[in-house]
Order: sequence, then C-alpha cells, then structure tokens
Amino acid sequence: MENNPNMASGKLPKKKPLSMQLDLSKFGSADFIPATEEEKRQQDVMSKSTTFFKDGMRKLFKNPLAVASIGILLLIILVIIIAPMIVPYSYDEILSVNGRRDKGAQNLAPFAYSVLEQEYIAKGGTRFPHIFGTDELSRDYFVRVIYGTRISLSIGLFASLIVLIIGMIYGSISGYIGGKVDLIMMRIVDIIYSLPDMLMIILLSVVLNDILQFPAGSLLSKLGTNMVSLFIVFGLLYWVGLARLIRGQILSIKENEYVLAAKTIGAGPSRIIRKHILPNCLSVIIISTALQIPSAIFTESFLSFVGIGVKAPMPSLGSLANAARSGLESYPYKLIFPAAMICLIVLSLNLLGDGLRDAFDPKLKR
Amino acid sequence: MVKYVVKRLLLAIVTVLIICAITFFAMHAVPGGPFNREKALSEATINALNARYGLDRPVWQQFLSYMGNILHFGNVFKGEKFLELDFGVSLKNGREISDIISESFPISARLGVSAMAIALVLGSVFGSTAALMRNKLPDRLIVFFSTLFTAVPSFVLATLLLLVFCNKLGWFPAWTPKNPNYVLPVISLAAYPMAYITRLSKTSMLDALSQDYIRTARAKGVSKFKMIFKHALRNSLIPVITYAGPQIAYIITGSMVIETIFTIGGLGSKFVSAITNRDYTMIMATTIFLATLMVVATVICDLLYKAVDPRIQYD
Repeated sequence: MENNPNMASGKLPKKKPLSMQLDLSKFGSADFIPATEEEKRQQDVMSKSTTFFKDGMRKLFKNPLAVASIGILLLIILVIIIAPMIVPYSYDEILSVNGRRDKGAQNLAPFAYSVLEQEYIAKGGTRFPHIFGTDELSRDYFVRVIYGTRISLSIGLFASLIVLIIGMIYGSISGYIGGKVDLIMMRIVDIIYSLPDMLMIILLSVVLNDILQFPAGSLLSKLGTNMVSLFIVFGLLYWVGLARLIRGQILSIKENEYVLAAKTIGAGPSRIIRKHILPNCLSVIIISTALQIPSAIFTESFLSFVGIGVKAPMPSLGSLANAARSGLESYPYKLIFPAAMICLIVLSLNLLGDGLRDAFDPKLKR
Repeated sequence: MVKYVVKRLLLAIVTVLIICAITFFAMHAVPGGPFNREKALSEATINALNARYGLDRPVWQQFLSYMGNILHFGNVFKGEKFLELDFGVSLKNGREISDIISESFPISARLGVSAMAIALVLGSVFGSTAALMRNKLPDRLIVFFSTLFTAVPSFVLATLLLLVFCNKLGWFPAWTPKNPNYVLPVISLAAYPMAYITRLSKTSMLDALSQDYIRTARAKGVSKFKMIFKHALRNSLIPVITYAGPQIAYIITGSMVIETIFTIGGLGSKFVSAITNRDYTMIMATTIFLATLMVVATVICDLLYKAVDPRIQYD
C-alpha cells in the first residue's frame, strides 16, 4: 500500500477504460447537495432487526395448534393453582358432615351427594359439589385429580430440568473436547443407556428409604422417597439422550469459522461453549426439553402404576389411574378423569414441542 | 467391515460386563435379602441359607464366582457343549433360572415381536402415505391419530381395551395361560410405537422427497412407484431404525405394565417380582439377558444403517 504512488499523492488510481467507476475529479462541490430529511428516511431500514429468538417466537405464535396448546397448558396451570383455594376439601380429607364421618360418601358419582349431605342441604346448609364424585375412601375426587396433576406436572418440569442441565454440560464437554475424551464419555453413555431403568429406580428407592430422612410434614416427605429417587434416577440415567443430541450438534458447530475466529482472538473453551456453541444449539435444546416433559410424566405414571410412585395419601395421575382399575366396571369415570388429564397434558406438550421445532429449527422450511 | 463388526462386538461384551458389575453391586448394596419373609426365619436358618448360597462372603468374591459360574466352558472333545450358560437357581423358589426364562421369555417375545412388526409395518406405511399425500385428508387423519396415540399411556389404553372389548362386548376372551389371546395385548403394546414411527417416518420421508436425487430421478422419468420404493423409502428409514432397535429389545423382554393388566406371566412381570423379592440370581439373569439383547440390537442397527444407506462409512 505504502509504495503506491497514487495513494501517496492523494489522487485516485487511474481509471481503466471499461470501468464503470465514476471519475470523481470531473465533479465539483456544487454537484453534491446534502440529502433532505425525507430522502434520509427512505434510506432507513424498513423493518426492525430481529433476533433468532424473536423470529422463532413470532413463527410459533402464528401456529394455531401451538397457540392452542399453550392456552390449554396455561389453563391447566391456572386451575391447579386456583382450584384448591376454592374447593373446601383437601386431597387426603375423608368427608364428614358436621364433624360426623360421612360413611355414605364412598364412590359417589360426579355431582352426586351422599344421604347425609342431602339431609344437611335440606336443612338449609350449603355443600360444595363433588365435581368428579368421590373415591372409595370418601375423599373428594376432583381435588385429588387436581393435586395429582400438580404432582405430575411438577415432576415433569423438574425431571426435565435435571436432564437438561446434566445432558447439556456433559454433551457439550464431550463434543467440544472430542478425541479420546469423547470416546470414553460416549462409552459411558452407551453403558448407562442400556442399564435397566426400572431396576435402578426400584433399587435406589429402597436404598434411599434408609438413607434419606426428610423432616416430617415437608413436601419431600409427603412425596416419599420413591419420588426423590425417581428424580435422582432421572438425573443419573435419562440425560444420556440429550447428551448424545447436543454432542452431535456441537461436533458440527465447532467446525464453523466463527468458532475458529473466537479461538484466534484467545477465547477460552468455556467462553466458546457458552457464547458461541450453546446459543446455536438452543433450538435443539428447547425442543427436546419440551418433549422431555411428557416422557417424564409418562415414566412417573408408569411407576405409580406398578406401585413404586408417590407415597400413599399423595395422589399422582398415574396412581389415581391405577387405583381406579379395581372398580373399573362400576366406576369407569375414576379412570377417565386422570387418564384424560394425562392425555391432555402430554398432547398439548407434544404439540407445543412440534410447534417449537417448526419455529426454531432453521433446517426445516416447511 | 469385518474389523468394524469385531470391534463393536468386543465393545458390546465389555459393556455387558460393566452393566453386570453395576447391577450386582447396586443390588447387594440394597438392605434386605432374599430370605427376609413376612414370617421371620430364625437367625440360624438365615445364616445357613446365606452360607448355602455363598451370600456370606464379601460382595466382590461373590461377583467373581458368579461370573465364573455363568460362563461354563465345556470340553468339546468329550462331546460337551463349548459354552454353557448356567444362571443358577432362583433364591425364591429354588427353580432353575434357565427354566423360568425359557418358560416366560417366549410369551413376552411373541407379544413383543408381533407388536413391533405391526408397529414398524403400519407405522412406516402410514408415515409415508401422510408424507406423499401432504395436506390432504389422509394426511390430516393420520397426523391426528398418531398425535393422539402418542399422548395415551399404554396402561390407559390397555385398561380401556380390556374393559370395552373383553368385559363389555366380549369380542375377545381374557388371557389365560391355556388359552392365550394375543389380540388386545398386542394392540395396546403396538399403539405407541406405531404412532411414534408414523411421525418419524413422515418427517424423514418429507425430508427425503425434497432431496435433489428425487428431482433427478423424476426428471429421468422414473415412475412414481419406483421413486418412492427405490429412492425415497430407503433414505427415510434411518431414523426409524435408530428408534426401533433398542425399542425391540425393550419390548420383547416384556412390558410389565401390559403383562400386569392382562395377567400374562411373561418375563417383564417375573423381573419386577424378582426385584421386589430380592431374588439376586433372577435379577442378575434377567439383567444380563436384557442388556445383551439391548447391545446386540444396537450393533445390528448400526449394521443395518449401512445396508439401508451405502453412503454411511464405518471407521
């Protein structure tokens, strides 16, 4: 550059014969007038710049199925928060009228009242209706289903959170470092993948029963050691799927030029993973977490179904469905309510996951 | 290729051994033993039983002798089998474990194989149909039902099927060991994998149909039939294989939920009762069985990739 004589003397380089370049030396200062305000505005970028996340959200809210499932999920969350405040029964309360145990209130049909309650209402008392009827121990079934939904949903959320954190860290380390470390870490994943999960959950819940002592009355002691061990097993076993997924993503992302650029200006591995790689596999992470929640809810309901789920008075949707099996011929609605709740939650989460995938996966242009 | 298979098989054996070790030590770390009954046995009896089955030794010694006992190498020249697997006897009822497995596994396997076969065939047919008739009525119906069925837990489906078709309508008899009726259990086992495979194969079929080689094939004048079966279907099978491999191993070793609901005495329910009874030998045998099937299924899957898609290279 420095030995270019034209540059040094302030003149423009000599124009080639066929070049389209304007010869600026032919124009004087009178030929240039400043742009008016209106002309300046025309040069402004018409739409606001959008981020990947905002763009995805915009696409998501254009998808009617995804919006409907978000609405249903919000409605369910609202109901499980508000309903226990309105309904005057608790999930483990055996119904009683005027302090007398109501023996006739077993297995009531939805919106039915027992004999004692009918007498009470005839005398002018008011009684909150049993919206879903009552169960075989004369407890209000609606409240039990609501509490069951609470338990199942929070198990789904927390379990997938655990899976997300562990899977993300493990997968990104393995994918980023690569080589021998990756080989060994993936062998570990293979081994964990083929461990019989049911066996591990049962074994852990028995071991933890002896080790863990929760303060009486706390939420953890109400949930029981089975649930806590379920969380631990989720943390120990189920992250492998996500770890594999993220590793695969990172293997391809880390070959990109911007990672190389970051490396050349001296960014450390932790910064590159946090700032460059993880944001780029965000879509995969969001989608698989949305789909992880229903699978956690399924697992919990299976476990409750075979009798190793939540501890007795505390209901979960799976244990309610299991308890309903014994009197199925006479009281089919006791299976229908919790089962329909599971289906509704899982269905809307699945649809939401699909919507998220369509909105956030740049490779899908459908 | 041969080198790859040998390497994978060696790794598979190591994996199974590690799973055995983890299960063995985890199992023995759990308080309670196989001889804790509701009617308490005297201390002397328990000690004698423990000594009889070698449960009084340190756990690592038990593990080594257990693994040594399983692999029973015979002298081929004396007409013995080269390798005989000996899983010992159940600590609960003293029966030979190989007898228990050979009795209950065929039931679970028959259920599982038929369920998976239905799921695979119908699932990929439905998925491909939906992809080929995109946004038409069949597509919408298939998508609706497959989304619905991935949201129904199998125990709910099984219970409802049992209630409606067995108890109320009486179309299918209940399961009895002498007169097993596979229809309802197979339907309830197949529903979820079928719906899942439908969704998988629809996505991957759409993906395959949008590839350049499909356009080339169409431009060359390849018939639609040949295009679908020769070019698109093969390429859309990879995700299905990835899902189906481990799933087959899981399903043929018995779904305990379905087996419990239909009161089928398959391997799944045997496994659960073994765990709750601390029947150490039975737990180990079923774990080894399950893990081996799992690992073998994974290896077969990896080999199938190559058969389906020759572009895949092994290293």
